[in-house]
Amino acid sequence: MGKRTIVPFGPQHPALPEPVHLDLELEDETVVRAIPSIGYVHRGLEKLTESRDYKDMMYVMERVCGICSFGHGWGYAGAVEGLMGVEVPERGQYLRVMFHELSRIHSHLLWLGLLADGLGFDSLFMHCWRIREKILDVFEAITGGRVILSFCEIGGVKKDLTPEMLRMVGEACDFVEDEMRKTGLVFMKDTSVRNRLCGTGVLSKEDAMSLCSVGPVARGSGVNNDIRSVSPIYKDLGFEPVLYDEGDCWSRCMVRVDEIMGSLEIVRNAIRNLPGGDVSVPVKGNPPVGEYVFRVEQPRGEAFYYVKSDGTKHLERARVRTPTNINIPAMVKTLQGCSLQDVSMLVITIDPCISCTER
Amino acid sequence: MTQNQTFETAEPGRIPALAQELRDGGYRLVQLCAVAMPEGTELVYSFDKDFDLRNIKAYVPEGETIGSITPWFWSAFVYENEVHDLFGVSFEGSQLDYKGNFFRVSTKTPWKNTANAGKGA
Repeated sequence: MGKRTIVPFGPQHPALPEPVHLDLELEDETVVRAIPSIGYVHRGLEKLTESRDYKDMMYVMERVCGICSFGHGWGYAGAVEGLMGVEVPERGQYLRVMFHELSRIHSHLLWLGLLADGLGFDSLFMHCWRIREKILDVFEAITGGRVILSFCEIGGVKKDLTPEMLRMVGEACDFVEDEMRKTGLVFMKDTSVRNRLCGTGVLSKEDAMSLCSVGPVARGSGVNNDIRSVSPIYKDLGFEPVLYDEGDCWSRCMVRVDEIMGSLEIVRNAIRNLPGGDVSVPVKGNPPVGEYVFRVEQPRGEAFYYVKSDGTKHLERARVRTPTNINIPAMVKTLQGCSLQDVSMLVITIDPCISCTER
Repeated sequence: MTQNQTFETAEPGRIPALAQELRDGGYRLVQLCAVAMPEGTELVYSFDKDFDLRNIKAYVPEGETIGSITPWFWSAFVYENEVHDLFGVSFEGSQLDYKGNFFRVSTKTPWKNTANAGKGA
């Protein structure tokens, strides 16, 4: 047995865009234990429920994260709508799905770029972010925002899309698909990428289940807990979960590559089958006494929104459990036994969003 | 768009046994959160099986502890430490207890809301 050393990893580290700390207990170059700690940027957003009107909380929830902002707005709105028995018009639901899937595409492209950057593959990194820009341009043209869209509201969405806007979304999908047919192949086949990712950081299916992992981390180990699987709208739009069985870093990467193509298809189908009618219904009054849970499949995995009301305009509790929160145990598990040089790659493939976690 | 879910209440002493039962029944722990109440804390445990959500609520009076579910759901350590650090509820038998050092927040904890009865934090 070699000498044990503790190496601090983070909270400031080139592989980490946001602060999380790991105490890595090493035996020679092998990690035998990793102890995470968080809380460096905890914002206490949930506590704002005490002083903000339940409708104002939409603005707060959209700012839980800068990447999956739309999904957080949708999750909170869905929970309040469930509590109040509000039925969102079908056209509004389709537009929500469309924007959520566009968010997934840009989130995955952001992540693929970060992965390429971590690999030292800078041209690939720049290609991924160049492709992502197209989606952000569409967001900006339609909503005025590039990441915080303020498009979702309780009762539906804030505005309808014109035929020109829908055509612009369709053209963006065509562009991203053309580019991903080439760029996705690099992640799939390039030797330098595969050498670094294949067989690294394996999370078995059993571990993924027992550690309650979600999102691409779980699906890269063959576990389908994608909440979209039971959504009638997603079923109508041809959603199929993407599953890989290997459980290594490469599988988690390929889940995201394939999900981009799946999301493009969902967006196209949503444009094609977009129903007519209103995009929202007015919501008046305070939520009744009660509680409700709504779950959304964010790009990083299942996000959980719980609201509890005592009948006043201030909710008694608004809880957000983000995917990174529950993927921390899987990260700790996969780090055990890995080489020190693989730690940054492994942490990246979990796609930790500390902003979400420290809501 | 409604999602399948149930809410039920349990005695805090039954939570560890329920966790074991649910783990053996193939459930996945989705989350655990706390709601600050005037004289205690309500814990909401959520479990999922085949996309059906089962929420179990347990009320822990101030100053009392509750058994940890980490022996059956190890991943619960992230929630239990969060609830401990922010809401002051202690969990007995935790497999990974940070002893109050999981979150580093500049505000005073535990978060209570005695001025506004029933308001959560």
